[in-house]
Amino acid sequence: MNSQKKFIVSHAPFQHNGSSIEQRSYNIILATLPAILLGLFHYGAPALGVICLSISSAIFWELAMNRISKRPITIGDGNSAMVGIIFAMLLPATTPWWAVITGTFVAIVIGKEIFGGIGSNAFNPAALSVLILILSWKNLFDFDQALLNYNFDFVAVYPLGALKHFGVDAIDTFNILDLFLGRQIGGIGSTFGLGLILGGGYLILRGFIRWEIPLSFLLGISITALLFNISEPARFVGPGFHLFTGYTLIGAFFLATEDSSSPVNTLPMLLYGLGGGIMTVLIRNIGVYIDGVLYAILVMNMVSPLLDKIRPKAIGKVV
Amino acid sequence: MMTRSFFGFSKPCFEYELLTDTLPVPEEIATPATVTLLLPEALEKLDSGLIKIGDKVKTGQKLVLHEESGACVISSVTGTISSITPFIGDFSKIFTAIAIDVDQEEIIDQQFKDLYQEPTLETLKNFFSFVPGAPPLKALCDSANPPKSIIIYGGDTDLLISTNLYYVKADINAIKAGIKILKQTTGIENIILAMPGESLQGYGHLGASVKNVSAVYPFGSPNLIMQKILKQVVPAGKDPMDLGICFIRAEAVAAIGNAFTNGCLPVNKILTLVDKTGKQKLMSVRIGTPLKEIFNHYNINLNDRDRLIIGGPMTGSAVYSEDFPVQPDTDAVMVQDAADISHTSDYPCINCGDCIRICPAKIQVSMLVRLLEAELYEEAADEYDLMSCIDCGLCSYVCVAKIPVFQYIRLAKYELAKAALEEAENQEQEEETNE
Repeated sequence: MNSQKKFIVSHAPFQHNGSSIEQRSYNIILATLPAILLGLFHYGAPALGVICLSISSAIFWELAMNRISKRPITIGDGNSAMVGIIFAMLLPATTPWWAVITGTFVAIVIGKEIFGGIGSNAFNPAALSVLILILSWKNLFDFDQALLNYNFDFVAVYPLGALKHFGVDAIDTFNILDLFLGRQIGGIGSTFGLGLILGGGYLILRGFIRWEIPLSFLLGISITALLFNISEPARFVGPGFHLFTGYTLIGAFFLATEDSSSPVNTLPMLLYGLGGGIMTVLIRNIGVYIDGVLYAILVMNMVSPLLDKIRPKAIGKVV
Repeated sequence: MMTRSFFGFSKPCFEYELLTDTLPVPEEIATPATVTLLLPEALEKLDSGLIKIGDKVKTGQKLVLHEESGACVISSVTGTISSITPFIGDFSKIFTAIAIDVDQEEIIDQQFKDLYQEPTLETLKNFFSFVPGAPPLKALCDSANPPKSIIIYGGDTDLLISTNLYYVKADINAIKAGIKILKQTTGIENIILAMPGESLQGYGHLGASVKNVSAVYPFGSPNLIMQKILKQVVPAGKDPMDLGICFIRAEAVAAIGNAFTNGCLPVNKILTLVDKTGKQKLMSVRIGTPLKEIFNHYNINLNDRDRLIIGGPMTGSAVYSEDFPVQPDTDAVMVQDAADISHTSDYPCINCGDCIRICPAKIQVSMLVRLLEAELYEEAADEYDLMSCIDCGLCSYVCVAKIPVFQYIRLAKYELAKAALEEAENQEQEEETNE
């Protein structure tokens, strides 16, 4: 049975649905664009600089790690570019260059590559990196100070900062619609509620993120904020404010949904989202930090493997 | 051919072929100059003298290596044995390849003709393991664990194939006769015909109860059919036969029916050809025909780096040579152009969960594949339900990281079976030495 022709022999199945990691990464990058465009409109060239530096340095760090660890070059899958762009969305537009490069170093090298690269990271790389930057240089993320030199036609005070420092009375100046349309200060790509929801909706429809996580996350925030608000309206603000300020929406759609650090079964996904939402409001309302989204997501990342133990019984399992 | 829809929100959903519009007419392919028959037994020494190179064989003649062995082939042509060689198939399955040069004149062997009027289980066992559809006679004639019911699946077990369904639609009388023979010989009264799709009209007179199963892949899998129509869950690691249910293809039932009606063993196999454009053609060929003949007949040109597949797109097996012969269980032949082949990658699992959501057996595939990559097969079976897998291949089909999940699973099952066999042998030896 000798044949001159050399066929490709491989294992079934012989078809694939055509999905790929590249497609996933680039679609997520695409989905960030509405929010980023408004950021560019508000903050101009400095924001563009931060985004470009963030993406390019993230790719550079991954390439460097590939080389150092003598592994195949993986920058083509777009994952490091995606981490870079999401990281940039969380930053104030005036972040100094060294902070951006340090941040992407933390995100890519410490957040992802040392765990073994894509799929192995226990925490969301971008969220982890921002938190480490906050711990290291606390003034970097003081949005009021960072964006001092801008002239906006809306209230140029970081809403969550105002709430934390001056209480519910201080936030009367904000109206929900303004917040929703991104007329507030904050990270480059994390303030435009409508844009984030559009991007997130696109990803859900295309199946690149799982709807259970963002929905339950937002639900967790709404319910907890509402309970606080009902119990003591003078001290705690209602859910609307929490939903459209700080990192809530970017956290729900782009951070909590990161594949590797989130659960995959239905009930665990709902618990993961709810837990993150509840913890966010707890930190914001009675914790010391201004915004709790990133902490909440990291904590939920940590329990995600444990949550995923709640799984349906396989067919035919005898126990 | 079948790619992810733009909206990934919904799961992919494939249907088996249903042949609802028109019934294709199988095209007859001329008998080739040489056929090769694969006898499922190791070729050790040809000392029995039962067959040797140069022997004349007749169409329908039973060929065995040893007197006492149960494995046999039925010669599909009249001719001269030109070679007898060892052959290794998928997963190191051992065969003996018997090549026969075909003579001009066809003579039908009389051995079966003398027996066919009085069908017995013995006759079934002796002559029918190599008829089209490869009926599971070992299970059917198992006296230690006799089957309680027989389920005939009228559809095909993979996508794009319409071989079995063709028999149900075109040759229902043969199936009816086959069911009668099965009842008569095995004594099993409970015979169920499971049909994919909705329409159950016209099957009332068969002598079997007709049940409907979903036409969505992979609900034609034996385990899922059992769950649907018998409300019985097959425990992990067991197969339906352990519960006394014997699955048999419609094609095999038709072959049995035809043989006992005409008195000659069927030697033609109906199979579906899926060409490079995905178009299907039904044809009838002699068992043992090299695939090359089929491609010549249809003017299909195969080049280097193309893929040649025996079976369907989800569960078939790729072969390396155009000389591979059509076997009794070859339901389809599929060719893929080099440009259409999707390759696997060595990326790790990114934990997207697509496999978990599509798995019909509710297995935690993403965790399972991590263990399998590390060759922790025992742990995979204990903790992550390796043995619950029904081998549908959907996990590999949707895998974003293009991990060959299905291959890992098959390999793990193979390794576990091998280890279990070795352990049993060791134990036997130990017992012998103790005595």
